[in-house]
Amino acid sequence: MPQVKREMLIDPLVDNNPITLQVLGICSALAVTSSLQVSLVMAIAVTFVTAFSNLFISLLRNQIPSSIRIIVQMVIIASLVILVDQVLKAFAYEISKTLSVFVGLIITNCIVMGRAEAFAMKNPPLPSFIDGIGNGMGYGLILLLVGFIRELFGSGSLFGITVLPTVNNGGWYVPNGMLLLPPSAFFVIGLIIWAFRTWKPQQVEKREFTIQTAEAH
Amino acid sequence: MGARQFFDRIEPNFEKGGKWEKFFPLYEMVESFLYTPKTVTKAAPHARSFVDMKRIMTYVVLATIPCILIGLWNTGFQANQAIASGLEPTGWRAGIAGIFGYNPANPLANFFHGLMYFLPIYITTLVVGGIWEVLFATIRRHEVNEGFLVTSMLYTLILPATTPLWQVALGISFGVVLGKEVFGGTGKNFLNPALTGRAFLYFAYPASMSGDSVWVPVDGFSGATALAISARDGVQALAGEGISWWGSFFGTIQGCLGETSTFAALLGMAFLLATRIANWRLIVGCLAGTIGFSLLLNIIGSDTNPMFGMPFWWHIVLGGYAFGLAFMVTEPVSASHTNMGRYIYGALIGVMVVMIRVINPAFPEGMMLAILFANIFAPLIDHFVVQANIRRRAKRHV
Repeated sequence: MPQVKREMLIDPLVDNNPITLQVLGICSALAVTSSLQVSLVMAIAVTFVTAFSNLFISLLRNQIPSSIRIIVQMVIIASLVILVDQVLKAFAYEISKTLSVFVGLIITNCIVMGRAEAFAMKNPPLPSFIDGIGNGMGYGLILLLVGFIRELFGSGSLFGITVLPTVNNGGWYVPNGMLLLPPSAFFVIGLIIWAFRTWKPQQVEKREFTIQTAEAH
Repeated sequence: MGARQFFDRIEPNFEKGGKWEKFFPLYEMVESFLYTPKTVTKAAPHARSFVDMKRIMTYVVLATIPCILIGLWNTGFQANQAIASGLEPTGWRAGIAGIFGYNPANPLANFFHGLMYFLPIYITTLVVGGIWEVLFATIRRHEVNEGFLVTSMLYTLILPATTPLWQVALGISFGVVLGKEVFGGTGKNFLNPALTGRAFLYFAYPASMSGDSVWVPVDGFSGATALAISARDGVQALAGEGISWWGSFFGTIQGCLGETSTFAALLGMAFLLATRIANWRLIVGCLAGTIGFSLLLNIIGSDTNPMFGMPFWWHIVLGGYAFGLAFMVTEPVSASHTNMGRYIYGALIGVMVVMIRVINPAFPEGMMLAILFANIFAPLIDHFVVQANIRRRAKRHV
């Protein structure tokens, strides 16, 4: 079924994006997106964990007793996260320090648990693996978008390379200090969701109520 | 009535099916600005009142006039004083302001010099904010109303005179779009748009919104604000810097364009109270919160933080307290809507201002953050007041 697999990969990017449509994994998206490099590492780490946790859980899905399935899933996810953490500490120590607790917190990222519970427990290994990669990439796409905006306008650089020379270094650009604060990611993600839903109106949720008009023109 | 006839003649073009149908909000804006809106309420309840939104908004703009006048004079006065003490006037404004000289004793020179800073900021706010308003009105098919005049005036009055114009434009864009339009426009904003814009600038560009050198628009001038001095050395040190209580009351201290004068804010507040646009409960709650909490802090005292000793009558005349109390706390849309809720909402602001000013060393001024904080809680306060009322009445009819 090559067609089905392609959709699995593409769908979570825009149409069923874990951050903008399901609004999952917001916490780390706020915390680690102040620079593009850190966002990229985080995106790769989450994609890796989601893909392999999906794969292993799917392999074991017929052996996992339903009553303790969350514990088994947690063990698998936690092992993968520890692996990622150790690799980062060994090969990218500076970034690992910047990411600090947020690598460990991938365990609690709703996207990983959500895909394991909703997809990997019911589907064969290969589709599960691809679904994990797709969702990790959907998460990563938003992370990179937010990181791009925040680093470009917050410190005038991309991947640490100066793009807009800042006033402090003799350039002309006055950096926007708010974008370096985590709350600014709320605004950026909100605006991205707005843009996505303007582009794809079927993502707009139904109104919970309508405001009655008192005026008749 | 040439204008009326002109409007009647071009109106069909803007109505449904007309060739400029898309620009109806634009036409409506100009027409309802000059004449009374033609729309009347057709559905129940048929309450009739001459106080419509147009009149409310116009009254608020009128109420800011004392603040504008004293603010213009004071901005020029502070600048001319700095020049008289030996600094050189620079920039294009200095050339024009020089027509009347730089004598701080000459009210006309002060006034004109202040105008040189007020006008560019105000015009930028009107143009940039106006473009966003019209854009949203055209796409969302709602009307542009006088509410924007209030937002733009308040926003201008709470900016430092030295704010770069591009920052003014960014701030008002943020305030209008994210503070108001994304929630559905005038009347549906749960935050005060003017304060939202200023808060954006405060966090995005702290160097041009706070500190010692942004308040007086003369290059090279540096002087701590009254709140900064009292945070450092206590309120007693103010006299040594030449700041008296009456000076702060009338607004001859450095500060944002139009918010230094407590006296002018009180005049505006009196007008708003007399026209019943401001609700007195909000003001009472806020004053009670400030007085109560600052008295409590006075009693507790502190050896390391001199702000603990600041009496409430100083809290009220310094910074943006009076201006915020008159025009921002009383804003009917973002405040609580129940009478009991208004006391609580006001008190929350009153307590938070003192808390931020005294206990948080990072922020010398707290009025803006306190009001935005309470804005967020206003619907929650209303909810609990309404629920309590329902429970109380249910008990009455068992």
